[in-house]
Amino acid sequence: MPELDVQPFTDGAVLNREYIRAAFRSMLRARLLENKLSSLYKAGKIVGGVYLGRGQEAVSACVGAALVQGKDVFAPLIRDQAGRDAFGEPMIDCTRTYLGSVMGPMKGRDGNIHRGRPSMGMPAMISHLGAQVPLVAGMLFAKRLKGELAGVVGATCIGDGATSTGAFHEGVNLAAMEKLPMVVVVANNGFAYSTPNDRQFACRDLVERARGYGIAGHAVDGTDLLACASVIGNAVQRAREGHGPQMVVAQLLRLSGHGEHDDGSYVPDTMKAGHYGRDCIEVAMRQLVEHGFATVDELFAWQEETAEEVQRSVAQAQQEPTPDPYSDDWRAYSTRLS
Amino acid sequence: MSVTYIDAIREAQLKLLREDSRVFLYGQDIATFGGAFKATKGLAQEFPNRVFDAPISEDAMLGLAVGAAIEGMRPIIEMQFADFSSIAFNQIVNQAATHYYRTGVPVPLTVRLPSGGTPGSGPFHSQSMESIYAHYPGLIVVTPATVSDAYHMLLDSVALEDPVIYCEHKFLYRWLKAKSINGDYLPIGQARIVRPGKHATVVTYSAMVHEAVRAAERLQADGWEIEVVDLRSVKPLDMDTVLASVARTGRLLAVGEAFPWGGVTAEVVARTVSEGFHLLDAPPQRLNSRDTPVPYHPKLWAAHRPTPESIGEALRRLLSF
Repeated sequence: MPELDVQPFTDGAVLNREYIRAAFRSMLRARLLENKLSSLYKAGKIVGGVYLGRGQEAVSACVGAALVQGKDVFAPLIRDQAGRDAFGEPMIDCTRTYLGSVMGPMKGRDGNIHRGRPSMGMPAMISHLGAQVPLVAGMLFAKRLKGELAGVVGATCIGDGATSTGAFHEGVNLAAMEKLPMVVVVANNGFAYSTPNDRQFACRDLVERARGYGIAGHAVDGTDLLACASVIGNAVQRAREGHGPQMVVAQLLRLSGHGEHDDGSYVPDTMKAGHYGRDCIEVAMRQLVEHGFATVDELFAWQEETAEEVQRSVAQAQQEPTPDPYSDDWRAYSTRLS
Repeated sequence: MSVTYIDAIREAQLKLLREDSRVFLYGQDIATFGGAFKATKGLAQEFPNRVFDAPISEDAMLGLAVGAAIEGMRPIIEMQFADFSSIAFNQIVNQAATHYYRTGVPVPLTVRLPSGGTPGSGPFHSQSMESIYAHYPGLIVVTPATVSDAYHMLLDSVALEDPVIYCEHKFLYRWLKAKSINGDYLPIGQARIVRPGKHATVVTYSAMVHEAVRAAERLQADGWEIEVVDLRSVKPLDMDTVLASVARTGRLLAVGEAFPWGGVTAEVVARTVSEGFHLLDAPPQRLNSRDTPVPYHPKLWAAHRPTPESIGEALRRLLSF
């Protein structure tokens, strides 16, 4: 683990009490929602697969909470329920998509973590990794052409595996060349599906790649909320202030399989028992109380409140109609051509 | 005073830049240099903040275009050669093509593909990609064969809300000239009857339209009247015009420069058989390039693609039934 190149609480303009509390609440909402989704999956109630962000909530939430919906761009990837929540995606978008309600943002035409609302600055990911990196660059490029780029940031999250793709390289290089206000957050959870880091890349640490692209690189312990808040918050702020693309590499461990169909048995016990095997939610709760960001009573109240919210959201989505193949217009085109 | 096919492409982009502030051009060597084929010559000088050189990153170029289109812009991406769009394939078919269906948000972008063979260009600067892209729901694929169509169909492509693959034929760039940029306008989605006839129909598109017309002219000496239909857009495919023509002639030959396995000509034949079997007096025929990569040497290249001679032979076989 390289040393942090940004010290927590030093110059983070966005690092404040409300940011940390908001990030934690999104972590909690994501965890409780995903626990529920996992149960529903095992009960056969989910349409398609379930992909959890368990263990990655601190990183993801710190990205989403540092952004402003309606102004910034956030392109989440597979393990970003917490970041989506922090960016302002309503929980019902998630439950509707997973439970097959036609009222979800994708109307049953796409599912699970592929949902998005591009018009509100949250594009819908495709499964081909790295593809969202140039897409976010394009959204920022367009904002520049429209004269709307001042003070705007575009962020996207990817995993260690996606850093091996051509799209990642092309996209980061392009963003660097254009000096776009972009933040690429790499959650290095040690495994791309089942493939370990040593079969994925040969550099000592992925953060070293930033130098090659000519952009700033920051490393952070992804299991440490306060460190993530500082490093990611500062990276977003640096991009916002015109310092060009920022790459953050967060070290952590996925505390679940690739999806709920996968038990993750390829992750060695020594890694699970190691530093990054700790649960970022538990770490965060201790930090919040120790640093006076929240009281124990507040934490309990938030948990209760969130559990109810999850129940309501699931119940509502379950009552809603599913897509109807007879009334769907089956059109892949916006234009009506003969 | 005449205007070439590539002049028309440049003029269309100039008009778009002048009249629509959402339009910008993005591609390799297209700014100061004016593009490998000079399709953007001088445009960066007039619009320095709307015409951009891209890095050699076709994937990222298309990813950028999708992102920009989401933001309400109308990007025109120049692929230096259609062949290189294979690098951007993922962004085109998975990101751009699926976007409206998945999210309800259209991505109006135009990808210009300098397509087709020219002598000495070889396997990687000669390919015709229209069949590949037409396969995917969500994409519109146009293949202008005339100077006027090159101009108007580019304007129309940019006006559409959906992603358009605009296949411009490199062989026509300077060889094809017209007196005016304004011909008989037709909207995208309508085929044109280039040459009326009554004994057989040739359905084709892009540069092959001109080869088919030459073949038809040769057969005219023997009394055969060959109808030539220019599809203009391969997706949507104007089967109404094709079937109406086959109804008049009873015979169909579909000609394309792309590789022979599947593709536009196979689609035309399949649909004609299934929708208009009763109109046919003979088994419908197809003629494409040979089933090899596009060869380098001009002598091999000339025999790889359909020619007036090979189209003429195919027509005579068709007429002999």
